[in-house]
Amino acid sequence: MTIETIIWLIPLPPVLAFFLIVLFANRNKALSHILAVGAALLSWLGSMVVFWQAIRTEHFGEHPFVSSIPWLPSGDSWFRIGVQIDPLSAATLFFVAWTILMIFLYSIGYHNYGQPKGDHDRPGLPPHGATISDAHGHTHTVPSIEPMYSRFFAFIGLFAFGMYTLVVSDNLLTLFVGWEIMGLCSYLLIGFWYGKPSARAAMIKAFITTRVGDVFMLLGIAYLYSATGTLNYREIFYSEEVLHTLGTTSSGFLGLSIAGLIGLLLFIGTVGKSAQWPLHVWLPDAMEGPTPVSAMIHAATMVSAGVYMVIRIFPLLSAGADHGALTSAMTVVAFIGAFTALFAATIAVAQNDIKRVLAYSTISQLGYMVAAIGIGAYVAAAFHLITHAFFKALLFLGSGSVIHGMEHGVLHTGQHVDPQDMLNMGGLRKKMPITFWTFLIGGFALSGFPLVTAGFWSKDEILADAFGHGHLGVFITLALAALLTAFYTMRQITLTFLGEPRTESAHHAKETPWTMTAPLVILAVFAVAAGWAGIPEHFPAIGGIVPNWFHEFIGSTLLEHPKAIDFNFIPLLVSFIVALGGLYAGWLVYKGLPVGAQDPIERAAPQIHKVLKNKYYFDEIYDSLFVKPANWISEVFTSRWMDMGVIDGILHWVAFASGRIGGFLRDYIDLPIVNGFGDMIGEGTKRFGRAIRVIQTGRIQNYMIGALFTIAAFSVLFYYLVFNR
Amino acid sequence: MQFPILSVIVFIPIVTAVIILLIPQDRKNEVRVTALAGATFALLLSAWAYFSYDIPVGGYQFLEKYTWLPSLGISYQVGIDGMNAPLVLLTGVVMFTGVLISWGIDDRPREFFAFLFILATGVFGVFVALDLFMLFFFYEIAVFPMYLLIAIWGWKETREYAAMKLTLYLFIGSVIALVGALAMYFVSGMGTFDMLALEGAGFSADFQRLWFPFVFFGFAVLGGIFPFHNWSPDGHVAAPTAVSMFHAGVLMKLGAFAALRVGIMLLPEGAKFHLPWIILLSLVNVVYGAYIAMVQSDFKYVIGFSSVSHMGLVAMGFATLTRNGMIGAGVQMFSHGVMTALFFAVVGMIYDQAHTREIPKLGGFRKVMPVVAIAFIIGGLVSMGMPGFSGFIAEFPIFMGVWASHPWIAIVAAISIVITASYIIRIVGRVFFGNLPEEFEHHVHDVTALDKVALVFLSGILIIVGVYPAVMVPLVESGVDKILALLGGV
Repeated sequence: MTIETIIWLIPLPPVLAFFLIVLFANRNKALSHILAVGAALLSWLGSMVVFWQAIRTEHFGEHPFVSSIPWLPSGDSWFRIGVQIDPLSAATLFFVAWTILMIFLYSIGYHNYGQPKGDHDRPGLPPHGATISDAHGHTHTVPSIEPMYSRFFAFIGLFAFGMYTLVVSDNLLTLFVGWEIMGLCSYLLIGFWYGKPSARAAMIKAFITTRVGDVFMLLGIAYLYSATGTLNYREIFYSEEVLHTLGTTSSGFLGLSIAGLIGLLLFIGTVGKSAQWPLHVWLPDAMEGPTPVSAMIHAATMVSAGVYMVIRIFPLLSAGADHGALTSAMTVVAFIGAFTALFAATIAVAQNDIKRVLAYSTISQLGYMVAAIGIGAYVAAAFHLITHAFFKALLFLGSGSVIHGMEHGVLHTGQHVDPQDMLNMGGLRKKMPITFWTFLIGGFALSGFPLVTAGFWSKDEILADAFGHGHLGVFITLALAALLTAFYTMRQITLTFLGEPRTESAHHAKETPWTMTAPLVILAVFAVAAGWAGIPEHFPAIGGIVPNWFHEFIGSTLLEHPKAIDFNFIPLLVSFIVALGGLYAGWLVYKGLPVGAQDPIERAAPQIHKVLKNKYYFDEIYDSLFVKPANWISEVFTSRWMDMGVIDGILHWVAFASGRIGGFLRDYIDLPIVNGFGDMIGEGTKRFGRAIRVIQTGRIQNYMIGALFTIAAFSVLFYYLVFNR
Repeated sequence: MQFPILSVIVFIPIVTAVIILLIPQDRKNEVRVTALAGATFALLLSAWAYFSYDIPVGGYQFLEKYTWLPSLGISYQVGIDGMNAPLVLLTGVVMFTGVLISWGIDDRPREFFAFLFILATGVFGVFVALDLFMLFFFYEIAVFPMYLLIAIWGWKETREYAAMKLTLYLFIGSVIALVGALAMYFVSGMGTFDMLALEGAGFSADFQRLWFPFVFFGFAVLGGIFPFHNWSPDGHVAAPTAVSMFHAGVLMKLGAFAALRVGIMLLPEGAKFHLPWIILLSLVNVVYGAYIAMVQSDFKYVIGFSSVSHMGLVAMGFATLTRNGMIGAGVQMFSHGVMTALFFAVVGMIYDQAHTREIPKLGGFRKVMPVVAIAFIIGGLVSMGMPGFSGFIAEFPIFMGVWASHPWIAIVAAISIVITASYIIRIVGRVFFGNLPEEFEHHVHDVTALDKVALVFLSGILIIVGVYPAVMVPLVESGVDKILALLGGV
């Protein structure tokens, strides 16, 4: 089997699993997860083979694995769909395969496989728990199995298909196909518990918001195709001629070059998919879905796909740039990214739901990557994309494990507390040690804990690039965001795991089964080790021990290889200070928070806290700015005024007027004149006949008299006429 | 002489209608089986014609010509090319599935099927006609039974109003178009209604500019162009299910197709001249229809207005006069026809059981009729232009064409994609998910096997075209190339 064949085959097992589960296995829970996990394993295996093959190939950037077939005839030639693995997609494939496999495995435990059926569980609602009695006759409430277990595995299988398709694609159209499949699965999985109104609202919000981005992306694709006649990566991004033409021709829109405008249109797709400001609102609500979904779709893979795409189209964004200077398209990207990074980090500080904190943290970290691309730190963005996927998947799965443990406690005690609210937790490190240690590693990686964690290396590289290329505004914004990140991460760890349990439920929390903890451990290894692939060569003391393989590898994806920047102490120092300072501050503020206490920030600055807690009121603003006007336009303007008022009105008026005209013609012309004339002739004849009827008596005597008179009259007439000449 | 396949396709329905009328009134099953046999036959033949069309050869194929009134230059002439071959197939598909889902009609099925089949003959006739007079002749055959079908078997609340509105609009439209057609007939000086001959008539630019709006709008009324779209949602809603399927699925294409065939192909200079504001009107269609669809609470009105929106894309694709745009519009006619037939079939199935179409009153139908739910979701994905379904194959080239000629129009039109998504997922969420209201708990049952066959058939086509577009695109492309040649290589 050639390597190209393997690449073609990688996306297929999950979609096969999807169909098999839907068609045959939807009654059999064990078979469902065997199919799904088996498929994920096959895809993983294929991905690993391809990855190893890729890193062993010399000059892989110039000679990636490519294969394509004709699909859609368009214009003069067939549109070809195909697969391509170059360094960027190989690295993406690596983390996608690992996270997807881990999350599939984790889902088995998360959905309580092996537990009894719930007492009152219904499809469309999370399981409520089952009552069992033990050998001593005591009854316990324990977690119950998810009623729609098979459906879940079918959906995530379809999702994995979408993600793999996106990664192995060699053109923007199949990328878009994968992109849309994932959007659909995201919609279905956010609303997995469709019995909850909040989940239904969230699924619609997510779909529509990302759809806004997708529409612009589609236009970008259409524009790109009209301008170049192809959507293939290599034919566009590796052709100096095409890039030069696109980069220097003006699009006639805000002074952007064609390349810049296309790049920005495509970037709006990313703004939607990767939840960047101003289309970020859907991602926190998407936490309504089951936690593996949050981990996979809304942290590790789908939202990363947005960043992956911007990295892909980077040559478009930078086309026509003078050396060192940013194009206007890049400036926009950098601004959106940096702003989002800081903006989302501030909101995360004031959230109490363990998953929502992570959701805002995801938005913020994606902003980091986007900002990095904006300032041209292409490789650093890819590096952070990979490390982030590992540690954020770890954190989400860890949070799911925490919620699971808490739910166990809630069921055990019968308390009515929110198992996701961090203020109800505390002291879980003793109850759930594996979850604690892995979460700690993930959290430290997120905070960029120096030297040990992967997050440090990738984040430091972005900061160093921003500083080294003189983008001080971006540098300061990102450094502030990093400080806040470390702070809210430690806040989360302290509130959840440290101190003493603040509720009875937390006291009775229990460690989760191995299917959930094993993925945590594996991901924790990556959350540390993934960073070693990209230690800068010039780093003091440890630089160069492990070669900076990542930079070389990813850098070769581009036509023009980016140079590694020289080492500088200032950004490193800043990295150290923000990470350690933030962590320390978080611990200091939140350690030993007593039961029922207010959040210390809320006590110190209630106004600010309120604004942050309400996410700067973006939901409300959008509601009155977009949702309500859209409803008004459709309901009142188009439907009631235009369609039923004006158009139907005119129509009905015409009909009414026609009726009136007809009536007028009938009453005033047809009846009196036309009919009158006809009638007059008829009536006149009749009347005349009636008038002369009197002479028709039927008596022979009368006729004889008549005849006599007539003869007499004619005789007289004859006499005068003939003889009086 | 080769087998006159097109004539057979055209006259099968009307012959079947006559046979049906000969069956006694109370033998309802015999009526149904006869109807199904006729429809199957028509479907198979149209599929055969579709797949045996020789693309590399191109042009009109399966030509037949019989002189009818030589003194007036009227002949019976039929043929198919890349533009109408998919539409003939579409008619076969809709006819076949329409019969399947009308199986349960118990009120005078004999007359119902007879009228439906007369309508089908008219539709087939318009699609294959190459003689202008015959085109009008079949057009009127198609419109007239519509009135009876809606007024007799329609929804009691609005059927008379809707039937009247529809008939008046369409007749007025056709009269206006007829005036244009007569102008062509007399001015050409060739004394023929043969469209192949009229293509080469060399009308002066002034003549074309003057008469193009007559012809185009006369037919576009049936295509539902703004502001003459209003008959269509009312008509859809009032019509019984199979008629709605025909109406939105096929009849609206009749308008768009005739506007293309008679308007753009015979008066290309006029088309170029009037293009800017036609594209603007179709833009209104696209966005306006989608907006209205978003707020309708009647399930069937949502689909009705979505048809207005999607047909706007057809007109827009044609009006770009670009290769991509026209290919997209050609595929969209087929894709939308199948999709909307599927939608109306679903609405009909739900209404038959729930006796209401008010979206807020429905819910949870996924549980009782899973196949229907999946079929609707597939149709919805087509409607949203999701890749992997035929809607994408149609809409993507349209947007490429529009972007190439009018980028701003493309941006505004793209709004409709978002709105479409919103009303589709609203229906999916409200009608199929959510909780089944208690009143339906024991009254609502799954649909019949025949219904399922129809749904699977329709959704299968949508997926096949989406996954393997080569089954349709090259064919349409060959048709478009011919039009572009007439336009002088725009």
